[in-house]
Amino acid sequence: MKNPFDTPEREEFRAQLKAFVDKEIKPYVNDWDEEGKIPWDLHQKAGALGVWGFGIDEKYGGLGEDDNFLRAIYNEEFAKCGAGGVGAAMGGRMISLEPIQRLCSSEIKDRVLKDIVTGKKGSSLGITEPGGGSDVANMKTSAKRDGNHFVINGSKTFITGAMTSDYFVVGARTGGSGLKGISLFFVEAHRDGFSRVPLDKKMGWWCSDQATLYFDNVRVPAENMMGEEDKGFIQIMENFNIERMCMCASSLGMMKVCLEESIEWAKTRETFGKPLIQHQVIRHKLANMSSKIDALEALVNNICWNMNNGEVPVAEISKAKFFATKELEYCSSEAMQIMGGAGYLRGNPVERIYREVKVMAIGGGSEEIMRDLAVRQMGY
Amino acid sequence: MKILVPVKRVLDYNVKARVKADGSGIDLANVKMSMNPFDEIALEEAIRIKEKGNAEEIIAVSIGVQQNQETLRTALAMGADRAILVVATDDVHNDIEPLTVANILAAITLKEGPSLILCGKQAIDNDFNATAQMLSAKLKWSQATFASEIDVKDDIIRVTREVDGGLQTIDAKIPAVVSVDLRLNEPRYASLPNIMKAKRKPLEEINPADLGVEITQRLKVIETKEPDSREAGLILENIDQLVEKIQENVGG
Ligand SMILES: Cc1cc2nc3c(=O)[nH]c(=O)nc-3n(C[C@H](O)[C@H](O)[C@H](O)COP(=O)(O)OP(=O)(O)OC[C@H]3O[C@@H](n4cnc5c(N)ncnc54)[C@H](O)[C@@H]3O)c2cc1C
Repeated sequence: MKNPFDTPEREEFRAQLKAFVDKEIKPYVNDWDEEGKIPWDLHQKAGALGVWGFGIDEKYGGLGEDDNFLRAIYNEEFAKCGAGGVGAAMGGRMISLEPIQRLCSSEIKDRVLKDIVTGKKGSSLGITEPGGGSDVANMKTSAKRDGNHFVINGSKTFITGAMTSDYFVVGARTGGSGLKGISLFFVEAHRDGFSRVPLDKKMGWWCSDQATLYFDNVRVPAENMMGEEDKGFIQIMENFNIERMCMCASSLGMMKVCLEESIEWAKTRETFGKPLIQHQVIRHKLANMSSKIDALEALVNNICWNMNNGEVPVAEISKAKFFATKELEYCSSEAMQIMGGAGYLRGNPVERIYREVKVMAIGGGSEEIMRDLAVRQMGY
Repeated sequence: MKILVPVKRVLDYNVKARVKADGSGIDLANVKMSMNPFDEIALEEAIRIKEKGNAEEIIAVSIGVQQNQETLRTALAMGADRAILVVATDDVHNDIEPLTVANILAAITLKEGPSLILCGKQAIDNDFNATAQMLSAKLKWSQATFASEIDVKDDIIRVTREVDGGLQTIDAKIPAVVSVDLRLNEPRYASLPNIMKAKRKPLEEINPADLGVEITQRLKVIETKEPDSREAGLILENIDQLVEKIQENVGG
């Protein structure tokens, strides 16, 4: 079926990414995941493809324009490498670049943006705290003005890419309680009083790192405050929308891998005298998986079109996010069933994706929070 | 110096070729097509020569159906400066023969005035390995085939060739036609900014008649068939049986 939103440029971008993922990532992905890291080289190779340039000025090595379809294509095609940790290891940028470009001073942008966009340096977004991630409004980390500086105290946890990032976008309380008292700060890793400790072993995303950040009287120039004081949360809403749409696209890529692996296996594996794919029960599983993929794809396309046209479809994005992770859960589980014992062995993409469902369902706004947000958007 | 790079649109190397029901060729309807990998290497080399300051312009040419435009867009995104599409047929199954391709390229060469033509050594669909050689004969230019290393110095191009049992290095006088082999380089990926910029690069569309070339068929495909499927193997119980089988088969 033709995608009505395809353009020659989008198709070309997808083709180039597919070739890149097949050649530069897939053959090594299992080893990287077992080692718990990707080579830094890969950040730079991906940077050279221009995958972090969306919405970034050309003078900083960016694309000079934005297109959510291209963002979705990047996330889907990278997810097809079969290890979410790869996208995550590089993807701290995805969720911190947009606010840096939009809200940082030109002095900071001139200093750091090009290095981040080209993959030379890393950046991360620090919102979640040990005390909680869902209830962002209750954030405890504080930033107090002291002359021309702010002094930051508190901690952040689960921060993706944090062990290797040089720059952080950090949410901290500058005002009273609630969402309206939060501001965003640009914090460099070299600041005195900043430290980080990696999180221990995880269920999935092995080749990416997550860390807890500690801010012990970290002084940053007042200029490092991003955008307006106390408006941090409002200013970063758009970023959350983009992140969630991108996570839907990643889920789509993962679901496609589950289906492809299932079909490949079912064609050759024989039980009761015929290939698995000839058994009706298995055929129904494949049909179900495939229809869910079609549905999510249509939804992601629709959301991208709306975002490109200036709409802010918060309800639809929230619904799409939990729809995507629920269907991903279904597809990875059915793919495991189709593969049987072989699927249970470590090192195949289906086993890995099965372990990566939950980070998609919890991170970036959990399924519960997404449902609540959707219904609130419906007016209740 | 201008460099001309002909690029062919072929069945993608990852796609399993299927023979058409009537045996007249490979089924190309609705299958993924992409740039012939050897041509990608030729284009990459042209871009590197230009990046070193030894060329000013790279012109990519594709001959075939209207959809070859996509292949040319890829070439532009990789780094060609402009493109020429020669629409020679409206049926993707109609493979334009090497001699006709050489005639078209020779006509374009006279019009555009490149001094170097970098070709893939063969297209992975028909494996002819003939166009570059025919073209250099038509133009009466030097030729160097199967390049695994290229170095341009003034009006000399030094080409290391992969030949049976080793490497041969030759100097060819420019203008020259060079066909490239697999190990010459690793083609780059087109970056997103360059894909977007390619949109604005010129892509000219012409017909063979505009060049005074007639499309003729000299070759006839008699039959195309799938390779014979391998017969099932035999599992033997022990070494004695194996020895027995060997004796049976070699008649020892
Ligand atoms: C691998 C990984 C990477 C991450 N990377 C980042 C990052 O780079 N930056 C960052 O800032 N954060 C990151 N996070 C954190 C992530 O955003 C949070 O885990 C998420 O927001 C949930 O917060 P929490 O874990 O504190 O759970 P909690 O907020 O404690 O919630 C626990 C459970 O209760 C549910 N719940 C909470 N409130 C309600 C309610 N009102 N009604 C019903 N159910 C509710 C939640 O859905 C969840 O199931 C990452 C997390 C993981 C696992």
